[in-house]
Amino acid sequence: MTKRKVTGSQAVILSLLEEGVDTIFGYPGGAIMPIYDALYDFDKHVEHILTRHEQGAVHAAQGYARVTGKAGVCFVTSGPGATNLITGIADAMIDSTPLVCISGQVASPLLGTDAFQESDVVGISMPITKWNYQITSPEEIPEAIAQAFYIARSGRPGPVLIDITKDAQFAELEFEYKKCRKVRSYVPEPRIDPFKVKEAAEIIDEAKKPMLLFGQGVIIGQAEEELKAFVEKTGIPAAWTLLGLSALPSDHPLNVGMLGMHGNYGPNLLTNEADLIIAVGMRFDDRVTGKVSTYAEKAKIIHLEIDPSEINKIKKADVAVLGNSKKTLKMLTDLVKPNKHDEWLSRFRECDKIENDKIIHNELFPTKPGLTMGEVVRIAGDKTNHEAILVTDVGQHQMIASRYFKFRQPRSNVTSGGLGTMGFGLPASMGAQLGAPDRTVIAVIGDGGFQMTIQELGTIAQNKLPVKIIVLNNNFLGMVRQWQQLFFEKRYSFTELQNPDFITIGKGFGIEGHKVEHREDLDSGIQKMIDHDGPYLLEVVIEKEDNVFPMVPTGASVSDVMLEPNS
Amino acid sequence: MKKEYIITVYSENHIGLLTRITIVFTRRKVNLESLTVSESAISGVYKFTIVVNTTEEQIVKIVGQIEKIIDVLKAFYHTNKEMIYQEIALYKVHTESLYEDNTIEKVVRNSGARILEITKEYTVIEKTGHKEETQALFEELNKFKVMQFIRSGRVAITRDPIERLSEFLKERDALLESLD
Repeated sequence: MTKRKVTGSQAVILSLLEEGVDTIFGYPGGAIMPIYDALYDFDKHVEHILTRHEQGAVHAAQGYARVTGKAGVCFVTSGPGATNLITGIADAMIDSTPLVCISGQVASPLLGTDAFQESDVVGISMPITKWNYQITSPEEIPEAIAQAFYIARSGRPGPVLIDITKDAQFAELEFEYKKCRKVRSYVPEPRIDPFKVKEAAEIIDEAKKPMLLFGQGVIIGQAEEELKAFVEKTGIPAAWTLLGLSALPSDHPLNVGMLGMHGNYGPNLLTNEADLIIAVGMRFDDRVTGKVSTYAEKAKIIHLEIDPSEINKIKKADVAVLGNSKKTLKMLTDLVKPNKHDEWLSRFRECDKIENDKIIHNELFPTKPGLTMGEVVRIAGDKTNHEAILVTDVGQHQMIASRYFKFRQPRSNVTSGGLGTMGFGLPASMGAQLGAPDRTVIAVIGDGGFQMTIQELGTIAQNKLPVKIIVLNNNFLGMVRQWQQLFFEKRYSFTELQNPDFITIGKGFGIEGHKVEHREDLDSGIQKMIDHDGPYLLEVVIEKEDNVFPMVPTGASVSDVMLEPNS
Repeated sequence: MKKEYIITVYSENHIGLLTRITIVFTRRKVNLESLTVSESAISGVYKFTIVVNTTEEQIVKIVGQIEKIIDVLKAFYHTNKEMIYQEIALYKVHTESLYEDNTIEKVVRNSGARILEITKEYTVIEKTGHKEETQALFEELNKFKVMQFIRSGRVAITRDPIERLSEFLKERDALLESLD
């Protein structure tokens, strides 16, 4: 590539194009105006989505990254523009989502002077970025951006922030772009130790009651087929974390369901009976383990993980197999003996029956008058042939949707896991739709979270993003209310909401909608939403005080999973 | 059980890296007893020597998190026994008190300290050693009133005959090559 003279701002856009960026989410402002000016000439090469708040931009970029596996890109201005990204960056950090956030900064002579809209975003974002860097001279731009993309996407992905002073955007440089292939101080993928793989295989062959737990590492590593091959060869029941959801089809005979606080009965209860836990690309989050000291007491632990710092962080591994799960799962599959664990698997199925009788049936096919979240999710899943992308916010609806939506293909579930960010769902659904324009995107959101980023309806309308939004409205911050009911003597401290007329609000933004209050209207309401050409808002009024069960209360062992209050 | 550990971190010399490293401690509410940063024997590679009081369980996780920082090449942790370490202390006393009786002179000689500068008003004494030793000298000198006292962060070197960093760098370079 021959060098050519361009401005720093042009170099930013050219660098993004070199990295294959097709979509940018952002919001202009003083300190990033030169970059926006450069962007004006590239509108045929890259799509810019103007959100209604920077938080919307970062969550949209997360949604885009999660369905595509590519880095989501954001543009924001300095000061408040940059600080409005912080929640999304923290969310992306804990959920290993690749982002490249580019923030404008005051001109370099003004750094540290409390200039208008100056904030130390490099300092602020340091604990929640995989890497960040401030550019003060234009020559640094191509290399820093190349490094940003490499770091964001490689190894265990994460968010990266590049802060560019306004003078560096204006000044000129001789532009030449080289993709980053390595960073001296950074080893994205640890070397796989074949002896560890062998050791793991031997333990797996001997196990009588093995269980596999898979997390997002399988999806990030694109190891879905390898996971399937492994469980099919070994006959090992496999359970998923919230972010592992959709890595193995829901109807796969060895998929035994969801782990953790509101996971399925079987995988929680039987974790403490298993003699072997094979954890793949998951980090033993406290929502999965419950009380760690009594977690998987009888089991040996084999941990397949790309990030060495996750080994022994929460749960000591008997054998740690470091590396990319796509490779390590394949190596393991080659070594293990074909096996079956029918009797052990039948234990999960017995638990399923108990859970079905006590909870699932009533949730999915209720006979009481009030609508349940479960029936809404079931119908939405069925009507999209379980091929839609599900985007959820945070709370009761998130747990219900994750439990009941059902998936056939990977990269179909977008949710805020580790950080539990309310307000994530609506903007993330925009990014998911842009990342997967040919797929149906259904955003299931509670009435609380919806109002945290409701202004993004404007972005959806302006860009005609055909997102199907289901607001499950119980006029409560439902999950907090559930905890208040169960653990705070029903003292419903500030959880009841007086909500606006969501459908009118949607109409105000130019988004069609319909409110469902009765069961007889539900099926047709969902059908209408799916058939609608363009974005659609379906509000479903659901039972005010329903709870999500099963539940592993905080601090309890997974085997103390409750099927009903005080069982 | 908490005890004293020495963490050594080898890194690139990038702006903000010190903050990134200290955040790992702040987040876990672990206080730094001392911190020394300087260029290592390998040009361009910087070395942090950090002393903390914590548990072995915690130190393993802390070092894991430090190593995860992109610009960090490698981090190690050691117990005090595994390292030879020193701190340097400077003491400023009134020159008068040296002349009044010869105690200070004796103290300086016996403790292996040395005098760096003498003026009419003050004398600066330097002592290298472990904290207990520099502290003991402070107690002695303070009988004559120490005007100013400063102790450096720790510098430390392993007892290990192998230079683990060079070994590590060799291995890592090979690994990075293999990724191409």
